[in-house]
Amino acid sequence: MDPNAARDFDRRNLDWYIDKLVQILVFLGGISAIIFIIGIFVFITKEGIGFILHTMDVKEFFLSPYWEPSDEDAPEYGILALVAGTASVTGLALVVAIPFSLGAAIFVGEFATGKTREFLKVLVELLAAIPSVVWGFIGLTIMNPLIIEIFNVPVGLTVLNAGIILGLMTAPIMTSIAEDALKAVPDRYREAAEAMGATRWQVIFKVVLPAAKNGLLGAVLLGVGRGFGETMAVLMATGHAVNIPTSVFDSVRALTATIAAELGETAVGSDHYQALFTIGIFLFIITFIINLTADLVVRGVRKG
Amino acid sequence: MFAETSLNARNKKVQGLFRMLFMLMTAMLILPVLIILVTLLVKGGSVLSIDFLFTAPTNGMTAGGIFPALLGTVWLVAVALLISVPIGIAAAIYLNEYAGENWFTRVINLAIINLAGVPSIVHALFGVGAFVIFFGFGTSILAASLTLAIMTLPVVIVATRESLRAVPMAFREACWNMGATRWQTIRRVVLPNAVSGILTGVILEVSRTTGETAPIMFTGAVFFTPFLPQGIFDQTMALSLHLFVVSTQVPGVPEDLPYGVALVLIAMVLIMNSISIAFRMYLRGKKKW
Repeated sequence: MDPNAARDFDRRNLDWYIDKLVQILVFLGGISAIIFIIGIFVFITKEGIGFILHTMDVKEFFLSPYWEPSDEDAPEYGILALVAGTASVTGLALVVAIPFSLGAAIFVGEFATGKTREFLKVLVELLAAIPSVVWGFIGLTIMNPLIIEIFNVPVGLTVLNAGIILGLMTAPIMTSIAEDALKAVPDRYREAAEAMGATRWQVIFKVVLPAAKNGLLGAVLLGVGRGFGETMAVLMATGHAVNIPTSVFDSVRALTATIAAELGETAVGSDHYQALFTIGIFLFIITFIINLTADLVVRGVRKG
Repeated sequence: MFAETSLNARNKKVQGLFRMLFMLMTAMLILPVLIILVTLLVKGGSVLSIDFLFTAPTNGMTAGGIFPALLGTVWLVAVALLISVPIGIAAAIYLNEYAGENWFTRVINLAIINLAGVPSIVHALFGVGAFVIFFGFGTSILAASLTLAIMTLPVVIVATRESLRAVPMAFREACWNMGATRWQTIRRVVLPNAVSGILTGVILEVSRTTGETAPIMFTGAVFFTPFLPQGIFDQTMALSLHLFVVSTQVPGVPEDLPYGVALVLIAMVLIMNSISIAFRMYLRGKKKW
């Protein structure tokens, strides 16, 4: 073979180099998400590590219900009450959101057709877009007096208020993920069932729901993650009192809200400041686990 | 034909019942929110005026308008977009055009999911630790916008990847067969066919960024400043934070004023979102392949 022929196929001209350069640039873009996630963990750990190594008493941190970081003589850093606050609000929100968003997803995905369906989907998407600070404001100004009046209680900024607000907030998101999960069930499953004489609701309950089980679980998990990490709405609607709730009419304080309310008042590098970052690390790890689990659960169904 | 048996009739009835039940549940989900929106519209509408939009707050934020907050939000969103859109598009190009189906791609996807799932207040902590302190930007528009950009990056990535995926493989193959390099193909064939879909994602990101509060609280947005921002190293007011401030932090605010702020904020977010959705539907309608 003529050796010059091989050289003709050597395409290393300017375009070739540009191509390689772009490939490197988009690769950097591709790994940016990984870099940022690691960066988040590194930087919040850097700010909080001093507290974890020197001041933190692990037992006190997780088991003490007293969060009194500004006490000059004996500051106490116990997040139990804050965890209880977050858990109670998120729990109530799920009780509100799960049945309704599953019901709505089934209606939108399996019953509604054509224009109605499109309209409902757009509406759900718009509801999901309402900013959390607006939800907090609604809790503060609309729900608060409403709860005081209806239940005849002295305070309306309670687990009940924040739970309902958070429920309304997460429901649209859970609805759209759940609807996606229903959509992922192949039509031939439905057709096969209908060919056997099953009615619509039999198809839904005996075929579609079991087949979409993992996707629906993923939707719920993402809802949990969202509720857990929500900040502004729970800051404004919970009443912000460090307290382990005994009823839905108690005021509580959430982990996220504590950071939002106190970070501005602390001196950089102080114990209190580092303790707030430690709560941040805790939140990061919990939501990481929730998201990872949700991803594995959803992916499990795709493989099967 | 077939006579309806009692079983058929019963099944039909049950089905009707379930349909009703699910419809009711959907309504229960949507109605309260609509009622709330109407309340906002009625109460906030009374304060809304051109003056309200274009004057500064006065009397310790108990009167006047929202102009500095509005302008601050525009600054924050614009700078955040400048940062996140190029990175997001690059990431989406990598994922859709270069990456194979392997563990590495899966790690990237997982990182994107987590970036979207990390609580906004943790993003704020990151912003403080990284941009305000470590990189020394101080509390500034730059630090706040960087925080916002990283937080909303998944929105751009996901939307762009979807629109790249919608470009048929045959388009690329035809181009490659003409001897074009990968980048030439992306630049001349893939991107032009995906640009409107990308735009949809960008508008969606504007909407998301506008409403965020927690990530900017400690990184660049302040409760009140008498100065309008002049550059990216200035602090600024922001609409979302302003709503928080006037409804919780300032005593003696007239009852209607926060409703006005909330109405402007929600209107901006929902209008942006609607434009994005309408655009997406229009594109789907006119798709040629």
